[in-house]
Amino acid sequence: MLTKEDIAKRIAKEVKDRYFVNLGIGIPTLVANYVREDIAVEFQSENGVLGMGPFPFAGEEDADIINAGKQTITTLPGASFFDSAFSFGMIRSQKVDLTILGAMEVSENGDIANWKIPGKMVKGMGGAMDLVASAENIIVAMMHVNKAGESKILKKCTLPLTGVGCVKKVVTELAVLEVTKNGFKLLERAPGVSVEHIIASTEAELIIEGDIPEMDI
Amino acid sequence: MITKKVNNVQEAIKGIEGGMTIMFGGFGLCGIPENTIAALVNTPISDLTCISNNAGVDDFGLGLLLQKKQIKKMISSYVGENAEFERQMLSGELEVELTPQGTLAERCRAAQAGIPAFFTPAGYGTEVAEGKEVREFNGKMHIMEEAFKADFAIVKAWKGDEAGNLIFKGTARNFNACMAGAAKITIAEVEELVPVGTLDPNQIHIPGIMVQRIFQGEKFEKRIEQRTVRQRN
Repeated sequence: MLTKEDIAKRIAKEVKDRYFVNLGIGIPTLVANYVREDIAVEFQSENGVLGMGPFPFAGEEDADIINAGKQTITTLPGASFFDSAFSFGMIRSQKVDLTILGAMEVSENGDIANWKIPGKMVKGMGGAMDLVASAENIIVAMMHVNKAGESKILKKCTLPLTGVGCVKKVVTELAVLEVTKNGFKLLERAPGVSVEHIIASTEAELIIEGDIPEMDI
Repeated sequence: MITKKVNNVQEAIKGIEGGMTIMFGGFGLCGIPENTIAALVNTPISDLTCISNNAGVDDFGLGLLLQKKQIKKMISSYVGENAEFERQMLSGELEVELTPQGTLAERCRAAQAGIPAFFTPAGYGTEVAEGKEVREFNGKMHIMEEAFKADFAIVKAWKGDEAGNLIFKGTARNFNACMAGAAKITIAEVEELVPVGTLDPNQIHIPGIMVQRIFQGEKFEKRIEQRTVRQRN
């Protein structure tokens, strides 16, 4: 079974040369730590920065330079700042190549729910609805099952949706799944995790063709 | 030169009344007009509708207005860092309209640009789309969103001059640049009010025509919400 860092490591392999990438809060933020150093990648944060760098050294934090998770950050040479409307303009017009975000539930037609649990938790959608509605390439980083052991990979989402038919790929502690027009296709399994374990942990049907390789992380 | 300078925050907030709709710039606590918020907290003004991406934290930013129950309704995209907000919302004391962040920004920009409405794919197929006009463009579904109508926009900039020209710093530009000029009256509080002629016209982010009142804030705490650092090797 993968740790959160392992999930981030596996997703980092999806980041290609010359990609502009938007990382969501949580596991997606960790992806930046594992991107190959020999490729050119720029990270966009929807609060208005392109060319995000690592966290600052202690004492060098600047209250005016943060990411969408409100964390203090630095910028790299070539970085730029812009306002919120412009930021979502570049998202809507599909200048951002890859969007990586977390989810509470994903369904087999690519629907995603990640912003509200009625009666319990209402924090808001932030930029997630805009991102999933416009991005062409959306990868979800999430846990396969909840704390009670129930599957979050579903035939149909039960929570209020963030977006419809938009998720392309899901990476969990158990597996890599691709969303096809016929449903979830099992691409890879976590080291030491059996196909049977993944089937038992997944409410949705899985398309399984031939031997399923272990993830290389 | 048409001057926009007012002497202090008290003069800047003149005319703000209970029941009004007010835009507040900022993202989290980054770039919030903290002097103007502090001044409003010291007034009896209540029943405000606030358009702001976030609602501050319990003891800073718009959280201060919430503590004093001066806000009737919040229009925001993310409100996760505020326990009092959550309490008031779940108890029904506070009305909340959650809207996708890009839509929130564009509704400000549309008001600033004199555009009454626009179509966006954000929120299609979700509860955000309920009751809104849906149209297909280029094979993709969109929902219609309307420009905000606000009485005041309160923004914070790094530098400004008496003509109302504004320059922002870093990611503090965020919603501030979209809200300037998006309401009947725009108040700008700046860290540094410089003499006219010292700002390079090439570097102005918001021209003074969008700003009606400008003043230099007395003090800026510029609180950091998530101080995140790395270790030196």
